Amino acid sequence: MDEPTAFVEFRNVQKSYDGETLVVKDFNLAIARGEFVTMLGPSGSGKTTCLMMLAGFEPATHGEILLGGKPINDVPPHKRGIGMVFQNYALFPHMSVAENLAFPLMVRKIPAAEIEQKVSRALEMVELPEFGKRRPAQLSGGQQQRVAVARALVFDPELILMDEPLGALDKQLREQMQYEIKHLHETLGITMVYVTHDQSEALTMSDRIAVFNDGVVQQLATPSELYEKPENAFVASFIGENNRLNGAVSSVEGSVCVVDLDGGGTVRAAKVNVDGVGARASLSIRPERIELAPESGSMANEFRGRIEDLIYLGDHIRVRMSVAGTDEFIVKVRNTASRGNLKKGDEMSVGWHSEDCRALDPIEV
Amino acid sequence: MKTTTMLASAAIVASLSATAFTVNAGEITVMSWGGAYTKSQVEAYYKPWMAATGHKLKSVDAPNPAAPIKAQVTAKNVSIDVADVEYSDAVRYCDEGLLETIDAKQLPAAPDGTSAEDDFIEGALTDCAVANIVWSTIFAYDASKISGAKPTTMADFFDTKKFPGKRGLRKGAKANLEMALMADGVPAGEVYKVLGTSDGVKRAFAKMAQIKSDIVWWEAGAQAPQLLADGEVLMTTAYNGRIFNAAVDENKPFVIVWDGQILDFDLYVIPKGAPNKELALEFIKYATDTQRLADQAKYIAYGPARKSSAPLIGLFMDGKTKMGPHMPTAPANMKNALVNNFEFWADRDSELNERFNAWITAN
Amino acid sequence: MTVSAADSIDPGVPLVTPDGRPLKLALAQATRRARIRAFALVVPLLLFVLVTFAFPIGQMLYLSIHNPVFSDHMPRLTAYLTEHPDVQVPGEEGFAALALDLADAKKNRTAGRIGTRVNYERPGSNSLFKSSARKAAKFKGPPYKEKLLEIRSDWGEPHLWNVMRRASAQHTLDFYAAALDLTHDENGDLSQVSPERRIYVRLFWRTLFLSAVIAFLCLLLGYPVAHLLATLPLRYSNLLMILVLLPFWTSLLVRTTSWIALMQSQGVINDILVTLGIVGDDGRVQMMYNQFGTIIAMTHILLPFMILPLYSVMKTIPPSYVRAARSLGATPLTAFIKVYFPQTTPGIGAGILLVFILAIGYYITPALVGGSSGQLISNQIAFHMQKSLNWSLAAALGAILLFMVILLYWVYDRLVGVDKMKLG
Repeated sequence: MDEPTAFVEFRNVQKSYDGETLVVKDFNLAIARGEFVTMLGPSGSGKTTCLMMLAGFEPATHGEILLGGKPINDVPPHKRGIGMVFQNYALFPHMSVAENLAFPLMVRKIPAAEIEQKVSRALEMVELPEFGKRRPAQLSGGQQQRVAVARALVFDPELILMDEPLGALDKQLREQMQYEIKHLHETLGITMVYVTHDQSEALTMSDRIAVFNDGVVQQLATPSELYEKPENAFVASFIGENNRLNGAVSSVEGSVCVVDLDGGGTVRAAKVNVDGVGARASLSIRPERIELAPESGSMANEFRGRIEDLIYLGDHIRVRMSVAGTDEFIVKVRNTASRGNLKKGDEMSVGWHSEDCRALDPIEV
Repeated sequence: MKTTTMLASAAIVASLSATAFTVNAGEITVMSWGGAYTKSQVEAYYKPWMAATGHKLKSVDAPNPAAPIKAQVTAKNVSIDVADVEYSDAVRYCDEGLLETIDAKQLPAAPDGTSAEDDFIEGALTDCAVANIVWSTIFAYDASKISGAKPTTMADFFDTKKFPGKRGLRKGAKANLEMALMADGVPAGEVYKVLGTSDGVKRAFAKMAQIKSDIVWWEAGAQAPQLLADGEVLMTTAYNGRIFNAAVDENKPFVIVWDGQILDFDLYVIPKGAPNKELALEFIKYATDTQRLADQAKYIAYGPARKSSAPLIGLFMDGKTKMGPHMPTAPANMKNALVNNFEFWADRDSELNERFNAWITAN
Repeated sequence: MTVSAADSIDPGVPLVTPDGRPLKLALAQATRRARIRAFALVVPLLLFVLVTFAFPIGQMLYLSIHNPVFSDHMPRLTAYLTEHPDVQVPGEEGFAALALDLADAKKNRTAGRIGTRVNYERPGSNSLFKSSARKAAKFKGPPYKEKLLEIRSDWGEPHLWNVMRRASAQHTLDFYAAALDLTHDENGDLSQVSPERRIYVRLFWRTLFLSAVIAFLCLLLGYPVAHLLATLPLRYSNLLMILVLLPFWTSLLVRTTSWIALMQSQGVINDILVTLGIVGDDGRVQMMYNQFGTIIAMTHILLPFMILPLYSVMKTIPPSYVRAARSLGATPLTAFIKVYFPQTTPGIGAGILLVFILAIGYYITPALVGGSSGQLISNQIAFHMQKSLNWSLAAALGAILLFMVILLYWVYDRLVGVDKMKLG
């Protein structure tokens, strides 16, 4: 990852708070100028710590952090020129919206006239031109969010950090804000580093996503790659819905391996992350890639199954089935006219292609 | 700051032997000033009285027992049966109707048959009070801290050039103004005449002003010997008994200067509405008889208020110190002594104290 | 704007429930039981506060304007003075009333109390009343004026009669005048007392000034501690909190006397200074028994009252505010001044008000360590309560102090707003 084009770069960064355990273990990441990178992971995975190290609020225990090619480990936060949006916005409650926006300009000793101009432009940008005189507490959650974004942008930083900025909003607003932030990123062309634990948010907005678990980046890839081609079982299960079947590899044929399932039967799967014959593997199949009652012989893998449960979701139907020894096998069926006659208790065959089934490192539950 | 000393062990002894004397043992509460003074009363009056009568006695202390009396009588919630107060308070409260009257004819006569009215020193009996001791305000110094010539007169106390060091004085106008005038050369006999004029008051304050920056004020009687012992002051005014006890009992190198001493009585009074009035009177009759007053001198250097007690004064409780010369009333100590004028203070108390307070709080 | 149903109804017509009762009445009935229960729950506290707080304060305020000693015990003279409001020194009629009252006073042993009351304003009156009462009791009949003037010529003094006339009023503001260093001169006009007797106004100012200094010192010392408390990890902050609260668990007297032990001229600090050779043995620093001692000891004692409200406010300020400020380009100092500090003002206001009001009324500490220059007005109140026993004056001084506190609270409310105050 040592490309010269990297704008932000983490090199072998480690972080420990107590000197006994590492919350970030050997973190490496290079972010190009103008990129939107999300750090995604469950809480406690180290993603926020990495963001705080980049912002300068937490010192790295080991390793280097570079901004524009220069190490910034010893640069205090206020000299890093990084805009930041906090989880609860951190709008200064004792200042009006306009004063909040003027704050970064004022501390930079920008002339008053210019401040006024920039502030009103920023308010227009987030579509709140009439709200300058209000206090943050008088705004709705979404409005506060926009002000927080505007404040992080108003002093024209080259890098914006966002720490779970949408966590406090309801679902509808959150989706709208995702779109707005993405739109801002595209129009302004600035670099953004975004932290969230919400995978759909990450998938919607990011150019690239770093999936964190246990202080380690599990996979760094574009959203589609993460979804389509998870490199390990954690990523597969963390991103999107996923059926998992456990077994042991019995033979390997090039990029395909044959796995004997613990629940009986064998599966042909794409060999992604298994050691070889005899190794344990966990197979990951996306529910939408499974077909009910496929034409016999059309698919590499075919099993008999019984419908345990049906959930009607409008555009599709979630079917829970017992297949190959598990009764948590989920199949998503498009709601077409012919699918109206599925019934609980029906027995039928299910099938999937070997390339849609990825053999990954084992996770024993 | 009130301490309650329940004389438990004494009370038990008393109640055991008491069954022989009385069927209905009562209990009275006696308030005094605390420290060595209360201790002397416990030994000389309280314990023998409890043993002799079988009654119980609860001893409580206050920095000045006069204050709680007024509060209790005014609030009509009196818990004190007998209190030990200063002369001016005894007279003032009597005039204000806060005390029960005590008929002097009821008091026991001297062993030789002299009636109590003749036996007590002049002024020791008033309508409402019976004096038990004569005490005096003196000044004392720590001999180990003064090399060379020692202070001998009141003028020396007010002379910080001759004897550089801090001075302890009781916070209040009384005694201080008189001492200041005596230090300024007014003979004891003329002090109150001079102090009665506004020039005289000015003169007294001017004398005190000479040492103002060196004064450490004390309020409770026990503080004075403490200041001296701590080395906080070089000399202090004090009640003579306190200094005597520190010097003889605790072997402190304290020396009393009797020149310019101000004599005063302490008197027993019964607050109006006291819960055990009759028993309180019995106690006062017992405590102020000839022998008891003489006994008290065994424990503290205050003079008995009865003439007939003087010959009975013997040794201090250490068994070797003769108490006679330590009495404020000893002829050698009376050469330049002033008797406190309660009439003067009853009239001028609020005015002079107000002025005194204004003076000490001024920067 | 949507027009709701209520807007369209004429406000002059009250709403009614379907069974025709007015809505307001129905609501009151529905909630009455709950209100009665709520009231019953607070009744014990209400009674307690009334009996132990409101009633004593009311009584104190009344005592400061009500002193019936003279009118109760000199009824004839009081009646005479009321009937003849313009007479200065009266004739035989007035003196007869005086003589008969004095004779009664002798009989009832009240002459001393009357004398004490008059003595507040005219020194020397105590003995005048007592000796005159003794003699008046033996008068066989008129002429009273002649006989009284024979005993003491003071009875012919217009000033004495002025004083008696004012003392005969049951309700008087004279004690407030005295509490402000004012008195009635020979002509009965209000004027300042002679300079060497002026004390209370100066002490009020000193009390205010010292309390302000103490509150400011508490803020200066308490602010960083409170910040540390609010930001340290829990296990350290708990320990620190115990240290802050420790003084609360020690008796006031013990703490004050330990300051004496430390700071007196033969005390620990001076001993160290002498041992280190910083001062000579004869040049020991006087840190106790003066204003300095009062300030130090009271600052220490009142510090927790500053720290706790500050802490409770700071605890609610998330660290993200300062971080946001830093990320926006503010130096640590700017972030503190512009962002952190303004958000702690409710705590500062509460702490200052609390410490200031407590300091204004402090009395044990200045009494023990204040010497003379460190005395506060409360020490004078205690003096009049316990020693001079002039309770009306003590009550007037206390009432003025109370009024000052209320005034201060009002000013604070106007400037900052009491609703912005956060006590914990």
